[in-house]
Amino acid sequence: MDSFLFLIASFILTTVAGSLIVILRRPAEVDRIMAAQLLGTGGVAILLILATATETGPMVDVALMLALFAAFVSVAFVRDVSHPENTAQRR
Amino acid sequence: MAFARDLFTVLALVAGALFFLAGTVGLIRFPDQLTRLHALTKVDNLGLGLVILGLLPQADGWFGAFKLVSVWLLVQFSGAVVTQLIAGALRERGPCA
Amino acid sequence: MTIATFADAGLVLLVLTIGASTIFARRAFDAVIAFVVYGLLLAIVWVRLSAIDVALTEAAIGGGMTGMLLLGAAARLRAVEFDSFAAALPVRLCAGFLCALAAAGLAGALLLSPKVVLSLAPAVMENLPRTGLGNPVAGVLFAYRALDTLLEKVVLLLALLGVWSLAPNQAWNGIPGLRIYDQPNTTLTFLAQILPPVGIVVGIYMCWVGANEPGGAFQGGTILAAMWLLVIIARLADAPSTGNTWLRIGLVFGPVVFLSVGLAGLVLANAFLAYPPGYAKPLIVAIEVALTISIAAALAMLAAGPPKPVQQQ
Repeated sequence: MDSFLFLIASFILTTVAGSLIVILRRPAEVDRIMAAQLLGTGGVAILLILATATETGPMVDVALMLALFAAFVSVAFVRDVSHPENTAQRR
Repeated sequence: MAFARDLFTVLALVAGALFFLAGTVGLIRFPDQLTRLHALTKVDNLGLGLVILGLLPQADGWFGAFKLVSVWLLVQFSGAVVTQLIAGALRERGPCA
Repeated sequence: MTIATFADAGLVLLVLTIGASTIFARRAFDAVIAFVVYGLLLAIVWVRLSAIDVALTEAAIGGGMTGMLLLGAAARLRAVEFDSFAAALPVRLCAGFLCALAAAGLAGALLLSPKVVLSLAPAVMENLPRTGLGNPVAGVLFAYRALDTLLEKVVLLLALLGVWSLAPNQAWNGIPGLRIYDQPNTTLTFLAQILPPVGIVVGIYMCWVGANEPGGAFQGGTILAAMWLLVIIARLADAPSTGNTWLRIGLVFGPVVFLSVGLAGLVLANAFLAYPPGYAKPLIVAIEVALTISIAAALAMLAAGPPKPVQQQ
């Protein structure tokens, strides 16, 4: 069971990694925040699987933190995107 | 009993991982930002949901299972609302550079 | 090689790639997003190294707070037109050489260290039951190296003072210039009404559980700070003015409680920051609660920034 869990965790890691590499090469900002969101969800999945595989309960707490803060960063992004200063000079 | 439990875990985790793959492929290949956003939330939350469903039988007692479910609910909720926020920002500003 | 080794190798490769992407990004925003992703990945790395407390802090600070701070900074820079500033080639070569030297030093220290490493870990675990704590990290923070922790909290306050002193004189005691949402947005309001109660429960849980499991005041305080910032950004509450009495009381509450317990230890247990036998755990938990409040206030105010001068609109 443990090997299988690690296998699934690696698979999800590869999936998330593949998309991250491609997304981060797109110029649009929204694509990049979506990449961060994807990593947040993928990271939570990986951490939960690892928690079960290594039988370490506290890893679920780390997943909880990741979930809370991924949303937080996205809110900061949306705040910046809709602030009037952003309609000014954009490099 | 243990075999049935393990089988359930294996099936659910494989399904969850496949959904992650599908969501990622959608994120890469869909033509515009709104459709990609849609792929991101729908499929990844479903992927995470299946993963957690698969991990529930292996969980550490009732409190462990409760924590797993609350993580899932939290990710679902914040993911859904954040997607709405991003989509709203996109609609306001048009597809941004 | 086992699957776990493959997974770890893949993780390391990913972390290095994201790190490189942070450095080679063209725009500040891209670098910030890459850095946030780097922080989140690093949390997984810490978990694989069995450092759960560090992973919690990394996910909170590296992923969340720093990300928010840097995003705000990048956004402010974006609104200002300025010429691209590139350092001269000799400066960059010198910087690169020194960075490589530092990396080589770290690698050497890790790879060439003697086989038998002197470690205090066994002594820590041996004496931990006397403190009544179950978490060795909490033991180190509050029992073995309590002075360091006390000084760290004071340093946090000094950092906040430093940030506040960036304001012009007439803005002292003003309201921090945390950039908030333009106009009331129903979706954001919804998020800011539902998420903070959950966050507060998780924050209190994190602080409480820190005595026996990974967690503690710092992680709990960070969550509380993030929830407070969320409420302010969503316009559901105003940022407090930096002269607000309650804010200032909250900021010093933690270090003052810590210091008082330390001084009381002089009388009750014959040494500064010593705990009377049997009372160690309740005292430590009390200190952690007080510290959570102070850390939450300090981190939130640090992220909110210096007070803004009142502008004529």
